[in-house]
Amino acid sequence: MSAMARTPVTEQGWNEAIERLAGGRATLLGLWGDGDDVTMALLDGKGVTLLSNRCPNREYPSVGAQHPPAIRLERAIRDLHGLDAAGAPDRRPWLDHGVWHGGAPTPYAFLAAEGEGLHQIPVGPVHAGIIEPGHFRFTANGEHVVRLEERLGYVHKGIERLMQGVSFDAAVKLAARTSGDSTVAYSYAFALAAEAALQAVAPPRAAYLRALMAELERLANHFGDIGAICNDAAFALMHAQTAILRERVLRAAHTCFGHRLMMDLIVPGGVVRDIAKDGADTLRALLAEARKRFPRLVELYDNTASLQDRTVTTGVVRSDFVRQFGAGGYVGRASGRDFDARRNLAYAPYDALKFDVPVLEAGDVNARVWIRIREVEQSLSLIEQILDRLPGGPIAAAIDGKGAPCEGFAVAEAFRGDVLVWLRLDSGGRVARCHLRDASWFQWPLLEAAIEDNIVADFPLCNKSFNCSYSGHDL
Amino acid sequence: MRRTLFESLTHAPLTEPAPAPDEAALAELAQSVNRTARAKLGRSLSIRQIDAGSCNGCELEIHALNNAFYDLERFGLHFVASPRHADVLLVTGPVTKNMREALLRTYNATPDPKWVVAVGDCAFNGGIFGGSYAVAGGVGGVIPVDLHIRGCPPTPTELLKGLIALLDRANEVAVRRA
Repeated sequence: MSAMARTPVTEQGWNEAIERLAGGRATLLGLWGDGDDVTMALLDGKGVTLLSNRCPNREYPSVGAQHPPAIRLERAIRDLHGLDAAGAPDRRPWLDHGVWHGGAPTPYAFLAAEGEGLHQIPVGPVHAGIIEPGHFRFTANGEHVVRLEERLGYVHKGIERLMQGVSFDAAVKLAARTSGDSTVAYSYAFALAAEAALQAVAPPRAAYLRALMAELERLANHFGDIGAICNDAAFALMHAQTAILRERVLRAAHTCFGHRLMMDLIVPGGVVRDIAKDGADTLRALLAEARKRFPRLVELYDNTASLQDRTVTTGVVRSDFVRQFGAGGYVGRASGRDFDARRNLAYAPYDALKFDVPVLEAGDVNARVWIRIREVEQSLSLIEQILDRLPGGPIAAAIDGKGAPCEGFAVAEAFRGDVLVWLRLDSGGRVARCHLRDASWFQWPLLEAAIEDNIVADFPLCNKSFNCSYSGHDL
Repeated sequence: MRRTLFESLTHAPLTEPAPAPDEAALAELAQSVNRTARAKLGRSLSIRQIDAGSCNGCELEIHALNNAFYDLERFGLHFVASPRHADVLLVTGPVTKNMREALLRTYNATPDPKWVVAVGDCAFNGGIFGGSYAVAGGVGGVIPVDLHIRGCPPTPTELLKGLIALLDRANEVAVRRA
């Protein structure tokens, strides 16, 4: 997307940036460490800026002290790079549970809640369903949740460290396995960042095939989520029906590209596999089927009072919070944040395609369902446009990583929100450092706020309506 | 809702006995799982899934086993919410060091006789995450594994295949013990 250089800033420049964030004049898009440098990505009306603060004494002024969305990122930076945020409000480890170098897990000091009749409910890391691991600590008064605190990091695999010093081939495989449900989006963002660093461009056919995969991935996940949210309100019929649609999408993906989740297909330079001969016909049949079935399910959702009773006004996320946290995806858009990387930071081929970005204000579970419903409709239309306009030509350009060291940055829109990838290549074309930031970093904290004053039994519903990534966050 | 419900009464089920080339394996598996499960484990086998560090790809495909096409429950195989209720632990992921303790506790909370199935290439030997400071390795390094189902991620059909292999093995063990 952009080979934009990081702008070195002094401590004064760093502090000015913090003021802009705290004053709501810019959104924090990412914060990461690399050697002695801490870099923040800022988004404002003019686009993205990368500011880098060199701190040879291993300390930098805390962003989180004035701008809470940075708190967990700073804790992670300390765990992974040993760079300390001076004045940080929360100094507990985040991803580091104390076992990486042997020994027993370190006890974790959960935040307190005081009051009469409060009790705690610990949940996880092993959950009841087929989902990823994480710990939730509820403090409740009877059924009412007074405080929820998340503890994550259980699936930390050290992805960024594994990427250091490896070739593109190895690194893009790791990127594709950062969050399995967004494997296309991660490979997409990684490829765009690598191309930005090397000032290469994927051929037009590759760009369209990438978007095709990305929209299929979005479709499959949204179908799955809409059903799963209803299932958490004990409305199994919807779950069964959307699971059929999801399976049809995955089968179509397999027919077109040979892999149900479309893993390892997008690489720097293009894509590794062209769409199968019968791919377009398969997808047109899929579109027809989805357009026939889905509206009826939407009607069913809208007309089932007992279901609406569970989703409307449940788990409200305040619009000032989504703006402050720069929450992407349906979490942000259901609470009035009109942002979609496909449009706001447009990359090929989305700059040439027509689509709407649905935005609602209510911010409840229901609104997050409706954003998904509207996005399903948009994805169906995008897939059709792509099939109609799929250009001919090669599917990949040769990429030569060897040359001067360089850096690249890209943001791609996954189904749950924007994925940021920043990378630095050495002169041998190997990855010297790569940072991957999932949308979940800025959504997880809002789940804690959304559940406040809701009842414990509505937590699964709220949680599923967010469907944050554990693996993408834990790295 | 009524229309959707009525339609599922009048339309042929999606659940596949389909003998089309690609689906043949699935239909064949369906019968085989059914026979073995019924003979050796009464009519049911309870599965508890544990993500010990996966990227979530395997979970998505395990989920798919419950959809109308694969309909796992027709074989009496079903997912349960607690290890206390489980016969089988279906473990995914390279085991991260942060999840090692939780995996061990879950294993210990599962009553005997129990079987452990490690799902995915990462669960086999750590996969591409092997060697990381944060990863303990494959599932077999932490708890005894009865069967590995490879793949990244394995497809629902491959998962079904694996469950048959498990049933056959459970069968052998039962015979040996008798």
